[in-house]
Amino acid sequence: MTGYAATGFDLVLAALILATAGLAISVRDLFAAVVFFIVYGIFVALAWLRLGAIDVALTEAALGAGLTGVLLIGAVARLARNLVERRPEGSGEGGLLAAPPVSRAASPAARIPAMLGSAGISAVLGWAFLAQPADEGLRGPVAANLASSGVTNPVTAVLLNFRGWDTLLESVVLLAALTGVWALARDEDWGLRPGLRQHARAAGVLATFGRLLPPFGLLLGVYLVWVGASRPGGAFQGGTVLAAVWLLVMMAGLMAPPRVTSPRIRAVLIAGPLLFLAIGLAGALAGTFLALPPAVAKWVILLIESGLTLSIAATLALLVLGPPQSPATPAGHTRDRP
Amino acid sequence: MTAWLLLLAALLLLSLGGALWRIWRGPDPADRMMAAQLAGTGGVGTVLLLAAASDWRMLDAGLVLALLAAFAAIGFVKAQSADGTGDPEEDEVPLPDDGGAGSATPGGAGSDAR
Amino acid sequence: MLADAMTVGFTATGLLFFLAGTAGIIRFPDTLSRLHALTKADNVGLGLLIAGLAFQAPDWQSLGKLALIWVMALIAAGTTAQLVARSAAVRQSRRTPPEAAPQGGREAP
Repeated sequence: MTGYAATGFDLVLAALILATAGLAISVRDLFAAVVFFIVYGIFVALAWLRLGAIDVALTEAALGAGLTGVLLIGAVARLARNLVERRPEGSGEGGLLAAPPVSRAASPAARIPAMLGSAGISAVLGWAFLAQPADEGLRGPVAANLASSGVTNPVTAVLLNFRGWDTLLESVVLLAALTGVWALARDEDWGLRPGLRQHARAAGVLATFGRLLPPFGLLLGVYLVWVGASRPGGAFQGGTVLAAVWLLVMMAGLMAPPRVTSPRIRAVLIAGPLLFLAIGLAGALAGTFLALPPAVAKWVILLIESGLTLSIAATLALLVLGPPQSPATPAGHTRDRP
Repeated sequence: MTAWLLLLAALLLLSLGGALWRIWRGPDPADRMMAAQLAGTGGVGTVLLLAAASDWRMLDAGLVLALLAAFAAIGFVKAQSADGTGDPEEDEVPLPDDGGAGSATPGGAGSDAR
Repeated sequence: MLADAMTVGFTATGLLFFLAGTAGIIRFPDTLSRLHALTKADNVGLGLLIAGLAFQAPDWQSLGKLALIWVMALIAAGTTAQLVARSAAVRQSRRTPPEAAPQGGREAP
């Protein structure tokens, strides 16, 4: 009985994921596509839960349904505003309804290679999945060495101990992404605050929400990092929740984003990767790069995760805000427009 | 009990399919955003049902989804405001029942962060 | 035994409310009334669902988390409903010129 119910659920979920993905790429209105993408993120998080990957589901829910949604909606709004300003008689309404961006059909010269490429990648992925031997993968070796890793959550052990190298590189990649976004600023805007000035009605609904939510959000973020040692959680999940909280406070107009040249925010941004690198080099002096002696592994991992959480939270929030802009710069007029 | 919870979760997912239809159709962008909110709330419900059916540690995923569900909607209403970063409550709106005699916003500027 | 019966009862009613909310969002004629369907029906449905699952919770921590999810979902839903409705009303009033203005005003695109 349970088996049938589980299979039924999985079938419905798989059908919904396919339907949402298909609708996202076939709808003309770009805002509708973004909304479909957000809903797709929610369904994929459910799929991760069914597969037993709770850590990944946490990250997917926080990033896909939360932060990426805000980022993409802001992008579509910028695009719409660009289109309005380029029209000779702007309707002056602003907002997404003034000129809802519509995806234009690409020429066949662009479509055919794209179709072939996507079909090829799907075929290779399918073949790779079907050709996999049905074994346990890394579960055996990880379980055997878990006792010496300092944590009891195997995912955290792999991320921060056994394969700490990959996590170090990931944190640097995030920093590089932020640098890329900041590089879009115009030369005369450098030194200002990221994004346009956010404001909200004092004591209105948005400002109140910006005061109500942060206590819960802070608690949840710190809890996720702390509990990641033994249960699903970790630095990325906690950092994403903290980024969302900070973003909300800034969007509600309760706090201004820091200037991009501020030394304090730069210190916070590089604290995580730098700490991780320093610990790795300390290990190198003792023998192996990024080796954590089992006696102190637990506390060292906690230290690394604290630094990473701060950096990830700051980086993600600043990524969503965008490059520094002066209020006189109309939205969307960055480096590509004079 | 597990079978019952999974059955409910499947039915809940089917009702979320209705939200997809509204995202496709909704003439107004607000309709599409609201349907996404429906998917978010329904998603929280599904996560909770899955947690009760298999692993109670999934409750944390429900917490995160419930916390962050509002964010896209907030980003949306800010994008819809006059300058892209404001608050819909800062605009004066003649309320339909009193024919424009009252406005929806008392005097007072928004809270600015400098 | 009783706990299981309560769970079945509450969760089934919760699902009914969710279905009603979806029916509302599909069938209601206008944006603001669809918002009503979403906010009221869905959140009551979630609350009933949580009430039903509370009978199955294994420990106090899970019970506390369920209650916290309920509170946060309520706060988030109330906020977004108010903001989205206000945003829709503002745009609606921009599109239809007020009766006080003789003519001109803004043309609906």
